[in-house]
Amino acid sequence: MGEKNPENDVSAAVKKKKEIVIDLESFGETLYHQMEQGEFPWIKMPSRSTENIYYNPELRQYVLGERKVKRSTRNIRHIRPFTQLVWTAFFAHQLSHQRKTSTLRDVYYSAQAYNMSFKDQSESDNVITDLETVIGFAREDFNIFPEERSAIFGDLTIEYTVPGYEGRQMNMTSHPDGLMIGPALTYSEFVKTSADKVIAIEKGGLFTRFIEENVHKKFNALLVLTAGQAPRATRHFIRRLNKELALPVYILTDGDPWGMHIAMVIISGSANAAHLRGLTTPDAKWSGVWATDIVDYKLPTDPLTEVDMKRLQELQRDSRYKDEIWQREIKTFMKIRKKAEQEAFSRYGLTYIVDEYLPAKLEESA
Amino acid sequence: MVTQVFEEISPADFFYRNRDIAGFTNPSRAIFASIRELVENSLDAAELAGAPPTIYIRLTYGEGGLESGVYRLRVEDNGVGITSRHIPSAFGQVLFGSKYKLKQARGTFGLGGTMAVLYGQITTHKPALIVSSTGSTKVYKYRIMVDIQRNRPIILERKILINKDQWHGTIVKFSLEGDYFRAMPKILEYLKQTALVNPYANITFVDPKGRLYKFVRATTKMPPLPKETLPHPYGVDVETVKRLMQMTPHRNMRDFMIKHFHRISEKIAYKFLEFAAIPRGKNPKRLGPGEVVKLVQMMKRFEEFRSPSASCLSPLGEELLKAGILKELKPEFIAVCQRKPSTYAGHPFIIETAIAYGGSIPKKTDFVLYRFANRIPLLYDEASDVSFRVIKSMNWRRYKASPDMPIAVLVHICSTKIPYKTVGKEFIADRPEVKREILNGIREAARKLRRYLSKQEHVEKEKRRLSVFSKYLPKIAKFSTELAGKERQPDIQKLLEIVNQVGRKESRK
Ligand SMILES: Nc1ncnc2c1ncn2[C@@H]1O[C@H](COP(=O)(O)OP(=O)(O)OP(=O)(O)O)[C@@H](O)[C@H]1O
Ligand SMILES: [Mg+2]
Repeated sequence: MGEKNPENDVSAAVKKKKEIVIDLESFGETLYHQMEQGEFPWIKMPSRSTENIYYNPELRQYVLGERKVKRSTRNIRHIRPFTQLVWTAFFAHQLSHQRKTSTLRDVYYSAQAYNMSFKDQSESDNVITDLETVIGFAREDFNIFPEERSAIFGDLTIEYTVPGYEGRQMNMTSHPDGLMIGPALTYSEFVKTSADKVIAIEKGGLFTRFIEENVHKKFNALLVLTAGQAPRATRHFIRRLNKELALPVYILTDGDPWGMHIAMVIISGSANAAHLRGLTTPDAKWSGVWATDIVDYKLPTDPLTEVDMKRLQELQRDSRYKDEIWQREIKTFMKIRKKAEQEAFSRYGLTYIVDEYLPAKLEESA
Repeated sequence: MVTQVFEEISPADFFYRNRDIAGFTNPSRAIFASIRELVENSLDAAELAGAPPTIYIRLTYGEGGLESGVYRLRVEDNGVGITSRHIPSAFGQVLFGSKYKLKQARGTFGLGGTMAVLYGQITTHKPALIVSSTGSTKVYKYRIMVDIQRNRPIILERKILINKDQWHGTIVKFSLEGDYFRAMPKILEYLKQTALVNPYANITFVDPKGRLYKFVRATTKMPPLPKETLPHPYGVDVETVKRLMQMTPHRNMRDFMIKHFHRISEKIAYKFLEFAAIPRGKNPKRLGPGEVVKLVQMMKRFEEFRSPSASCLSPLGEELLKAGILKELKPEFIAVCQRKPSTYAGHPFIIETAIAYGGSIPKKTDFVLYRFANRIPLLYDEASDVSFRVIKSMNWRRYKASPDMPIAVLVHICSTKIPYKTVGKEFIADRPEVKREILNGIREAARKLRRYLSKQEHVEKEKRRLSVFSKYLPKIAKFSTELAGKERQPDIQKLLEIVNQVGRKESRK
């Protein structure tokens, strides 16, 4: 079990919840006060425009710059999103208060009950991101979750904090499909683990194979399924495993620019979440499938498409990719112009990836 | 070898043979043209009397009923009337009239009324009845026919009645073959447009089914009567000058020029005669044929004649035009424009234009065009009219207008000589001077329309604006109140008032 860490403090989660409720309330008070003074309600918030997003090498993630924007209801173009923002704050406050959670899609539909229509879900998602920026907390902290769910499997015991389950403990091997990383797991406290590493896996097929092949036992690992681009709750969860339990994290993705970027977002975060902290795991390692693996292991491949090549060029210029190993892999991809999926190892038999590839890669990236 | 046989025909015979050039083409057109000619004579006569016209038109089935296709037409007015001895010729002789003078009138050819009577006669072989008084103690009643071959009236009956009430006016009554039901839409449209461009007239029409159409005057104000004028030197030809020379009592060219032509001062007379190299003291009757031709040529070339005055014209005026449009078209917005007098070929003219928008104006695929000349509506051959082409040539998007909008464009031309293409008075020819004035007139009205439309747009925008604020501000108030845990909602009425005031201020700009 890892060392105690401030983020591991049992009361920290509760404290954070309280803080959020207070922030939401004071947001409402500010607007209330402005209206009482005969002012059109307004707010100032950090700008999320691309010109205001910077990579911070110390934090090893994207952050927002100094630029602020003023949203005022005096402006007819602002008044509708502003109203949506206030409603979302009100709704989040209710969720926290009632200790309920909601999905992004739920939020979109709930709005209609308050005569607060959103054009489509992307509009409501966007307003939720605004609220994150205003309050300075991730939507998961005010109980709003995306639909897509990822999973965890391995010897980790947690203790629930959600209503009705408070104090109940659960081991992450208790279900052979793994356990969904939903709101309940997100808010749970870690109790104990025998694992000494985390292996994050992009695809469900391989995750299941690993469970069947007892990878968690053979390698003493917790297995996390990211299901493609890892949802924020999962990124946050991986970070907690890394920080609170001091477990090293290894990421396995497809061998192409997109898989590479799935790993990178877990490690250094995305520009979309530059206004948030606590979602990155800077010490996590991308273990494969590398471009050099494609060559070394003679994997069956597909040719890189135009779009793949373009993406590689983008990544090559991205400051998150400036380290040598990334640059080397990008160059290799561009040179061999080939890509391979994780499943490609099956050509050597079903267990090859577990018996040969994985030990070698873990050793290599450790 | 065949020898040619020569014969001579009278003007009445000519128009009898070629009645379609005067608009009497077929039974449907004939009934329309008859009503139109008589109504226009009545309007002319009433205006001369200085009283707002009151015109009563009745069309009934003839003896044979609907089947026979014969109708009786009766038109009565409160005009100046016709002196007794001129009554027979006024309606029994073509090319006889009182409107050959140089001043604006609806009638020009001395043809219309007689053509109606003539058409009735050749289709029904019945005489026409004319009753008229100039307001004297007597009313004259004539029953006449036209001797077509000799272009002379035949008087069948003449009666003198006592005029008890100082009545003045004229009643014309005759039978004709026609097709009222085919002509009906055009007749009603004609009357409506006549009422529009003569907003001070009362016009009543009773149709063969007994249906009553009443066009009530919106005002008793009438435009000032036109004054008779002298010919402008640019507008005369050799024949006109020769006639003037024959009748003139003046014995020198100086007086001849000053007394017989429009707006010539002594100074200009001298300058011109010098320019034309004609001695100022020369007796006009002594000018040789070559000299007359030269005189006319020099008149066209001399550049210092003053342009014709518009006193011989009688435009409707912006106020009356507006009143007429308002009463007959009931639009939401009217822009009118009266252009300054202008001339073509020595003839003065004035263009009046208007654009009516919205209200009862129908939405079509194109603008509705109303054309008027000397207060007569022109209903046929729209596409050949110069106004039609002007409208087509304009870029309406510059004025925020498009053909699918409910827009009517009105063009009124007043002149001592309307540049008609035909005696049927149907459309205006393409004279560059006239065309330019029409274009400028429509543009001016269109600019006013654009201003109105922008303002409307702004008002609409403000309305939408206010509705946005009044939709969202209360919600913000409500949710912030709940978030803040307050009992009472903040007062947002002040904020909504600010929005409203700003909107009003901007729309006044
Ligand atoms: N209702 C009337 N009241 C008074 N005078 C009339 C009336 N109708 C006709 N006249 C006289 O009869 C004349 C001949 O009329 P007619 O309609 O034939 O010709 P016009 O009106 O002079 O020219 P146009 O052929 O253009 O109509 C007129 O000039 C006018 O003097
Ligand atoms: Mg006439």
